[in-house]
Amino acid sequence: MTPDTKNIFSDAGNITKFALRFFIELFKPPYEIKEFIRQCFRTGYKSLPLVAITGFIMGLVLTLQSRPTLAGFGAESWLPGMVALSLIREIAPVITALICAGNIASGIAAELGSMKVTEQIDAMEVSAINPYKYLAVTRILATTLMIPILVFFADLVGVFGGYVGMNIHSDISFMRYVDKVFESLDFVDILPATIKTFFFGFVIGLIGCYKGFTAANGTESVGKAANSAVVSASLTIFIIDMLAVQITDLFF
Amino acid sequence: MKPDPSTQDNPVIEIKGLYKSFGENNDVLKGIDLTVKKTENLVLLGKSGSGKSVIIKCIAGLIEADKGEIKVFDTSIFDITNAKLNEIRLRIGFLFQSSALYDSMSVRENLAFPLARHSKELTEEEINLTIEKELENVGLAEAIDKMPSELSGGMRKRIGLARTLILKPEIILYDEPTTGLDSITSREISELILSIQKKNKTSSIIITHDMACAKLTGDRLLILKDGVICAEGSYDALEKGEDKWVRSFFV
Ligand SMILES: Nc1ncnc2c1ncn2[C@@H]1O[C@H](COP(=O)(O)OP(=O)(O)OP(=O)(O)O)[C@@H](O)[C@H]1O
Ligand SMILES: [Mg+2]
Repeated sequence: MTPDTKNIFSDAGNITKFALRFFIELFKPPYEIKEFIRQCFRTGYKSLPLVAITGFIMGLVLTLQSRPTLAGFGAESWLPGMVALSLIREIAPVITALICAGNIASGIAAELGSMKVTEQIDAMEVSAINPYKYLAVTRILATTLMIPILVFFADLVGVFGGYVGMNIHSDISFMRYVDKVFESLDFVDILPATIKTFFFGFVIGLIGCYKGFTAANGTESVGKAANSAVVSASLTIFIIDMLAVQITDLFF
Repeated sequence: MKPDPSTQDNPVIEIKGLYKSFGENNDVLKGIDLTVKKTENLVLLGKSGSGKSVIIKCIAGLIEADKGEIKVFDTSIFDITNAKLNEIRLRIGFLFQSSALYDSMSVRENLAFPLARHSKELTEEEINLTIEKELENVGLAEAIDKMPSELSGGMRKRIGLARTLILKPEIILYDEPTTGLDSITSREISELILSIQKKNKTSSIIITHDMACAKLTGDRLLILKDGVICAEGSYDALEKGEDKWVRSFFV
């Protein structure tokens, strides 16, 4: 085996261990409620504008791009439904997760990495405070809960972006547009898409924390930790997405 | 004169045959034997990179040693549960060489963080009072609402010291408490270390390159060289000793 593939396997093993530790520590008191709420706020706040802008653009662009094809079949009236479906099932979750991988996972890795390098994590440990619980559990839990909320928000903004896109070429009232969107949406479209966003949030927090906690000594390793957090988290998001689609296919 | 420490009972820290290497060709500790008696200030000298910080990190359970034994309060710290280790850690204060202040917290929060978690019976008012008193102790009462990034290196060191002392530890491990301080503040800190020893009956390991601090605070001095303790004795004995290399520390 080359050193590189060996690295991937040992990394995967270590991340799994790190994740198991999350579930063990999650249920053990004391609970760091205050820090958890602070992290939720930071996570949401940090990404909201970015998610809103990309969500809007996705809805708009998707509408403009799909219109000619559908118009070719004389099926323009399907446009709102089609855009909403692809947004909610696939595009909003994945794009939001990728943005958060770039924004939140790297931020967590850099923050915890620099705490590791400057011995702040050691300082917590010697004052008998569990750094995994205080730093990692709160952040992983926060991303797991906040990413789905951000995705939901991206869904809304994206659908609105679709409405704006529709109105560039035709005239449709907002109420009628919303009607058409809901007509085409099913419970089956929303549930699996929502479930997978929790997994996206979990890996974003998990990989960010793991890369931060395992940063080597020296300041340049902080940058490396942030960078490899983005790469690993993005890749894992695609893999989870692929699995989620396959599983959804089996059941629904 | 200082009281003769040999009349005290069991040592509070006892290290036997401690080995630690980082990778193949980097044997840092090669069989350290060391004891700290009750209420004793032990000064640890040695060249930069000789492994002084590694020794006290092993004592606090931050670095896992390869071989050997470390007993703190008569408990071997290698084969105990995390909960037990944390109980011991609460009785140990650790001043980091880099100060290791929490960057995202103000000075007040830095000190409140360990205090609020471990002294649950304290009210907010009492916590604030303790923090102010501890900061006054290190002469930095005015920095209470600053962020660590607004402090100089020497100020950070003193805040780190205040944070170390706030839980009233019985053992204190000082990693270069006076490095980066002017000679007046250095002296004040050395005197503070001495007065803590007298008042709280603490036992300490003091790592330092500052010979004035070593002279003032140390009951006993150890010199680390090539991974082993190569000389031991009082300041005066070592200063006038045979070994030329040892004497060179004192000029
Ligand atoms: N976490 C670590 N990983 C790898 N090597 C380490 C680690 N910590 C210390 N070392 C190595 O151990 C040796 C001793 O380091 P240590 O920090 O104990 O020196 P020191 O005696 O405290 O020096 P100084 O007076 O400069 O602080 C160094 O060669 C260092 O490279
Ligand atoms: Mg050192």
